[in-house]
Amino acid sequence: MATITAQPQTAAELNVLHRKQRSLWMDAWHRLTRNKMAMAGLVVVVLAMFLAAFAPWIAPKDPIAQSSGTALADPFWGDPKYTNPDYPLGSDSLGRDTLSRLIWSSRVSMLVGFVPVSIIFILGVTIGMYAAFYGGWIDNLLMRLTDVMYAFPDLLFLIIIFATLRDSWIGNLMGGLVLMFVGIAIVNWVGMARLVRGQVLSLKEKEFIEAARATGARPGRIMLRHLFPNALAPVIVSLAFAIPSAMLAEATLSFLGFGIKPPTPTWGVMILEGFVHVSSTPWPVLLPAFCIAIVMLAFTALGDGLRDALDPRMKL
Amino acid sequence: MLKYTVRRLLLLIPTLFFVALIVFVLSRAAPGSPFDRNENRPLPAATIERLNRTYGIDKPIHEQFILYLSNAVRFDFGSSLVRDRPVADIIGQGLPTSAQLGIQALLLALAISLPLGTISALKQNSPIDYASLFLATIGTSIPNFVIAIFAILLFAVSLHLVPVIGWGTPKHMILPTVILSLGAAAFLTRITRASMLEAIHQDYVRTARSKGLREQVVIITHVMKNALIPVATIVGPATAALVTGSFIIESIFSIPGIGREFVLSITKRDYPMIMGVYLLYAFIISVANLTVDLVYGMLDPRIKVGR
Repeated sequence: MATITAQPQTAAELNVLHRKQRSLWMDAWHRLTRNKMAMAGLVVVVLAMFLAAFAPWIAPKDPIAQSSGTALADPFWGDPKYTNPDYPLGSDSLGRDTLSRLIWSSRVSMLVGFVPVSIIFILGVTIGMYAAFYGGWIDNLLMRLTDVMYAFPDLLFLIIIFATLRDSWIGNLMGGLVLMFVGIAIVNWVGMARLVRGQVLSLKEKEFIEAARATGARPGRIMLRHLFPNALAPVIVSLAFAIPSAMLAEATLSFLGFGIKPPTPTWGVMILEGFVHVSSTPWPVLLPAFCIAIVMLAFTALGDGLRDALDPRMKL
Repeated sequence: MLKYTVRRLLLLIPTLFFVALIVFVLSRAAPGSPFDRNENRPLPAATIERLNRTYGIDKPIHEQFILYLSNAVRFDFGSSLVRDRPVADIIGQGLPTSAQLGIQALLLALAISLPLGTISALKQNSPIDYASLFLATIGTSIPNFVIAIFAILLFAVSLHLVPVIGWGTPKHMILPTVILSLGAAAFLTRITRASMLEAIHQDYVRTARSKGLREQVVIITHVMKNALIPVATIVGPATAALVTGSFIIESIFSIPGIGREFVLSITKRDYPMIMGVYLLYAFIISVANLTVDLVYGMLDPRIKVGR
């Protein structure tokens, strides 16, 4: 009898709890939308994603089609003697359309930003939670791995991966993009796993987990329904910063000549190729440099906003 | 304390060992040999075989690695495959330049960030605070090679204030030093500001004020003394950032340091050079981290190291 009357009550309670939980995320969303810098960042990010997704339809020309006679045209605001109406943002030394190359490059940047970060998220969360929940050898291995990785900057790891595997079969898949995804994921998942591990270790001792255990919830359910959502906020913040840092790694490696292989256009490759004659014709270098700068700033502003919105205690 | 220091120093050995192992295995797994760079005029097979034998590349990989390690502990890192000079020589020649660039940049970063972070914390939400936060955001988010390009075009190409590339005179050093320091300066400014803001709201600061101490005394002896402890811990990561930044900056500005040698050695697959530079970088970064941990323990008595 009591259980029958209790049931709708708990359902109502659950409903209240559920609404409360949603409002926590809604709170964060409201805090984020009030942050002007973060919103400006979001607009730029969405725009860049749009350009990346529809590059083949938006770009006026083939980004790798060379043509003699149109090389090194100035952008439309330059000296009319050197501009070319067919090339609104000018062309590079091989006569390729800068505008089209910039648009196609956003595609590489977005892929490099989001694909490895998804791998990092899945690997880091799974292994981090498992290590914290069960401990044992996997936990020990994780800690030793992070110790070695922390003693060494990410970029140096990526450089040795690229220096050695660039000409192997994996380095040739999609002009080096696949190796970039794998390399960035390998270098960064350990940090994510350690973050999740720390979160879960402290949550694991809280009363609500004990309560879940007492009601007989299986470990899988505890991890997925109770630990994961509560550990999510710092994970999201860390992912938001992992995206621009992956893009930065790609741009830096490509600029040094170890990254994505030409002719695939990326902003880093464009800067490298234009750098030879930067003092006479700066635009083929300046334009991709502006793109990198703006997209990086946008992601950082969005990440800062997310951190302030999701974790008001953390102030940096 | 001594025991802890010794243990941490001993931990350097496995770290360096793993770095050497990773670099060694990966570089041997790479397709191609250092002697097949010129595709149009390939060397005769007999010559390649002789070269491989001279440099010991024909032996099994574990033998090569053991040989390398036993030489490395005697500070013999082999000879560059491209320059035909000992790696230790080449590194020794570039080290003073790179060290000078790195130390100048670190000092400049501290000189910019400590006052800037302190002022923006003391004048929170003022125009100065917003300006310094904005600069810090730019400095942390825009990669230094992009900033270097803007700076070269503006100060060297358009305004002719400084030479475009090279090293030697103070005029050559201005741009590379400033640009290398920017990332670290921006990061340290944010940390200093956050740490100062936290310290300002502590109880002991209110106590100091209510005792009637002058504001300057409160800020310098109570707030800053405590706020700067967390800042000290960032010097370790900052060193790592300067190391990785240095090879980009050295390549852009053609500075004859280790960073440029490193980039060249990677393009040319000069394995002994690559190994030598990686071991050096790992050593520098580990020592920087160790120093920071030890200094942290001394500055903050609440932190017990060595347990």
